[in-house]
Amino acid sequence: MTPQKNNPLTEARHRLRELRALSTVSAPPSLLENVRTQLGPGDSYAVLQTPLGALLVAYNDIGISTIRLDTTPHDFERAFRLRFARPIRQVQALPPPLADAIQAHMRGEQAGELPFDLRSLKPFERAVLHKALEIPRGEVRPYAWIAREIGRPQAVRAVGTALGNNPVPLLIPCHRVVRSDYRIGDYIFGQALKRAVLDEEGAAPDILEELGRAGVRYLGDPSDGTFCLPTCAGMHRRNDPQLLKLHSEHEATNAGLAPCDACRPTLIT
Amino acid sequence: MTVAQTVAPVKMGGQPVPRLLDTTDLRSALAQDLDGYFEQLVLCYQNQLYTFALRIAGNPQDAEEIAQDAFVRAYRALASYSPEQVQTLMLRAWLYQITLNIFRNRVRGQRLKLVPLDDLGANAPEPAADQQAEPEAIVARAERERELSAVIARLPERYRVALVLRHVAGFGYGELAALLNQPVGTVKSNVHRGVELLRKALDEPVEEVRS
Repeated sequence: MTPQKNNPLTEARHRLRELRALSTVSAPPSLLENVRTQLGPGDSYAVLQTPLGALLVAYNDIGISTIRLDTTPHDFERAFRLRFARPIRQVQALPPPLADAIQAHMRGEQAGELPFDLRSLKPFERAVLHKALEIPRGEVRPYAWIAREIGRPQAVRAVGTALGNNPVPLLIPCHRVVRSDYRIGDYIFGQALKRAVLDEEGAAPDILEELGRAGVRYLGDPSDGTFCLPTCAGMHRRNDPQLLKLHSEHEATNAGLAPCDACRPTLIT
Repeated sequence: MTVAQTVAPVKMGGQPVPRLLDTTDLRSALAQDLDGYFEQLVLCYQNQLYTFALRIAGNPQDAEEIAQDAFVRAYRALASYSPEQVQTLMLRAWLYQITLNIFRNRVRGQRLKLVPLDDLGANAPEPAADQQAEPEAIVARAERERELSAVIARLPERYRVALVLRHVAGFGYGELAALLNQPVGTVKSNVHRGVELLRKALDEPVEEVRS
């Protein structure tokens, strides 16, 4: 074992032999297990025909992990592996209860909560999406509203990014979040679809945008002494001359109105 | 050693697949069915990457996490490559490169634990058992390996990485230059310097070792 100190060449060769002999250490069995766990057993996906088009839905034991509209299985699988780093395989059809629940949800029926797998998201992103889930059909909220509601009033831009990364658009209604001046804003599936979906849900995006352009931020109802975001309970669609068009929270308070409990309209600006 | 000698026929879903013959076949298989064959890749390279991580990181806990991250990263990358790109990958060098990047990011993030030389003995994994050797020889060899590993772990990073890739992993200088993205001359000089430092360290008894 001991190298011969008097012969530098032999000694050097001996050292290198020793180094090469170092090369065989077996990886602990937990390594493969952990890689398996991290990659997971993988998700399944199937195509679901909906009024909006072919919806590709990936799901696992926890819930729906992602959806995409009108894309090829090849592109869907590729994007899935890239984003989630776990296996995905196509199945014939979604489990019937899941398919029924999604269809009912898209028709706007109260069919209970859909299960989602949002494990891949950061806590902030999850908080944003959970807040978006609270926005009723037919209504919208500004990005700044979400930021304030989740206790991060300064993080308006980050809210926009988190909504843009929503793995389950349509079913987690990020399309119900708009700009503070009620312009529709961007959407994963394009602004035209966002407008169409909002219209279908009864949020009347055109009326809303018109109000926004006129500088209106809230609507006040003198009969009950409160002021609301325009879409709260479809207020903006009532075309009621009694409603006050308010441009700021200050204006609302001056009119003796209190913020509505349902839509919590007070934005920090 | 070929894939066929090291890999049992296992498929991720549990269904057996035919034995693979070599890395060319593994690349083709991965290009066609990543989910079906990724586990083959892990089985094929886990010992090499773990050993590499162990030699450069110096302790088994970090080594395991580094190798594990490397495979997850490799999966993600393979998922993003076209089948043609996967076919032409230099799979082994590519995996070492990923492992090295993860190691370097961790060092930058200061997440590596510094393990004192005395503790390394207790934590060091058992070297692969040599069935033919005499028990005393095994003990002596294990002791020598522990000492070598500890000394390597203490070399400055650039010499350590170059030395381990050249003399433990056995990469040629050309491959190393590509893997490290350095000129061949720089790589050679770092390897030589590494060997030189190793020799000095082994010749001069270190106080912490001889307590």
